[in-house]
Amino acid sequence: MRNIFGKTGHGFYSFIAHLARILKLSGQSLYWIFIAPFKGKRIRWRLTFIQMVRIGVDAVPIVSIITFSVGLIIAMQAAYQLERFGASIYVADLVGVSITRELGPLITAIIIAGRSGSAIAAEIGTMKVAEEIDALKTMALNPIGFLVVPRTLAMIIVVPCLTILADFLGIAGGFSLAVFSLKIPFIAYFNETATAILLKDFLTGLVKSLVFAVIISQIGAYQGFSVSGGAEGVGKSTTASVVSSIFLIIFSDLIFTMIFFSA
Amino acid sequence: MPEPIIKIRDLHTSYGELKVLKGITLDVYADETLVILGRSGCGKSTLLRHLIGLQKPTKGEIYIKDVDIVRASEDGREEVMKKIGMLFQGAALFNSMSVGENVALPLVEHTPLESSTISIMTRMKLDLVGLAGFENFMPSQLSGGMKKRAAMARALAMDPDILFCDEPSAGLDPIVAVGIDHLILKLKKAFKMTIVVVTHELASVFLIADRIALLHEGEVIFLGTKEEMKNSKDPRICQFLERRPDEEIIDRDKHLSALVGEGYIS
Ligand SMILES: Nc1ncnc2c1ncn2[C@@H]1O[C@H](COP(=O)(O)OP(=O)(O)OP(=O)(O)O)[C@@H](O)[C@H]1O
Ligand SMILES: [Mg+2]
Repeated sequence: MRNIFGKTGHGFYSFIAHLARILKLSGQSLYWIFIAPFKGKRIRWRLTFIQMVRIGVDAVPIVSIITFSVGLIIAMQAAYQLERFGASIYVADLVGVSITRELGPLITAIIIAGRSGSAIAAEIGTMKVAEEIDALKTMALNPIGFLVVPRTLAMIIVVPCLTILADFLGIAGGFSLAVFSLKIPFIAYFNETATAILLKDFLTGLVKSLVFAVIISQIGAYQGFSVSGGAEGVGKSTTASVVSSIFLIIFSDLIFTMIFFSA
Repeated sequence: MPEPIIKIRDLHTSYGELKVLKGITLDVYADETLVILGRSGCGKSTLLRHLIGLQKPTKGEIYIKDVDIVRASEDGREEVMKKIGMLFQGAALFNSMSVGENVALPLVEHTPLESSTISIMTRMKLDLVGLAGFENFMPSQLSGGMKKRAAMARALAMDPDILFCDEPSAGLDPIVAVGIDHLILKLKKAFKMTIVVVTHELASVFLIADRIALLHEGEVIFLGTKEEMKNSKDPRICQFLERRPDEEIIDRDKHLSALVGEGYIS
């Protein structure tokens, strides 16, 4: 019994300790993005650009295919229910709203967490193990400014862009089902979608994606820096980065939805 | 006596329970080459990591050019580091960059030089360590000895006035190892660098050292010139110089119980 309390207490304590260190790292990243440039420390746009290509451009095909399929799936599930009431046209509303408000940002974030959050953790972790982080410090290069900031900035720029793409392709998925299988006229579906999606829905989705971008980059970097030991440590941290960023993404999504739902 | 350029005062450090450095006090003077000797695991790399500010001691002070490295602000420390080169025991090249980019990185980051100038300087540094023409290789394409030399070129990129080398010739063939020793001699003569080298190779110690410090169980047990070391009567120094193994274990029971675990042998 005591053991259980002890374990839970210890687990809770270490969770809080992790959280505190993640917040500290995020604070340092914020400092390096917003304050350090005014103190003569430049932001490395070239490295940021390289990361934007790796995190964003390279993810376009997979994000497209997955969100298109999800749009198609929702449309099929919705049509199955709505057809019985002769209300197939409302597939457009369902797909449009659920993709822009929820699934576009969420699925993009989960793909990027699996694809790039893990890569950030693995890269930084490998550098830590090989003393490369120490080498950076001895060259008077701050690892936050040199490694974390370009990745964070790239993430913040690219994830919302991917989310917009995901929104379009998700809707396109629903669209293709409606037009080719449900035989809803092109114009009717288009008009229905256009009236269903409010600008607000679309924007809340983008705000969420911004938060997800910060979560993925900071967790990835944090897990990378906390690697200890050799290759095994890198593997553990990489896994942990994916698991904990997906957890935090869903958790913050829940909070957001509660706020927007009540508002 | 000139003012020392590096001052270490009563440095203590520990990893958890394990006390690694137990009160190191050491001065390094400008333009000298100090060799730190000691058995594997006695804390030589740990000492170097403290000197470049990567680790904080539990107690004690380190001054480099009168800057308190332990308590300096991040900016203050970085300002000193720009004029210090460090060769890590494991080379620590950036594996995602080519050899040329590795050497150029400090120049790109800390100097306003144009990229054409930087690429010339990069090639000069690589030429100095005998790696001319390798700037487009990736670190993974180099042998261990070449990595060490590339790392040396990177450490020299900013024309440092202090150079720390952690086992520069460990794991290299004797010819390359002697090459590194001669490189160190050349740097000492031509560039008037202050060099602190950690090494196990007695041959290179006697070639490059001005003074030698012998570390034993976290303390400096000897500090002096080559001649003083050779003439020393201290059994621990003699053992080191004569390359004798540890004494045979006398207490067999104790040794056995250490091997099989406590409480096994009554
Ligand atoms: N990160 C660490 N965590 C815990 N203990 C460590 C750590 N790094 C080193 N040690 C311990 O500190 C002691 C000194 O290590 P250090 O690397 O300084 O030795 P060294 O003198 O450089 O040895 P070598 O000649 O083999 O490189 C060793 O006993 C080692 O086990
Ligand atoms: Mg060592």
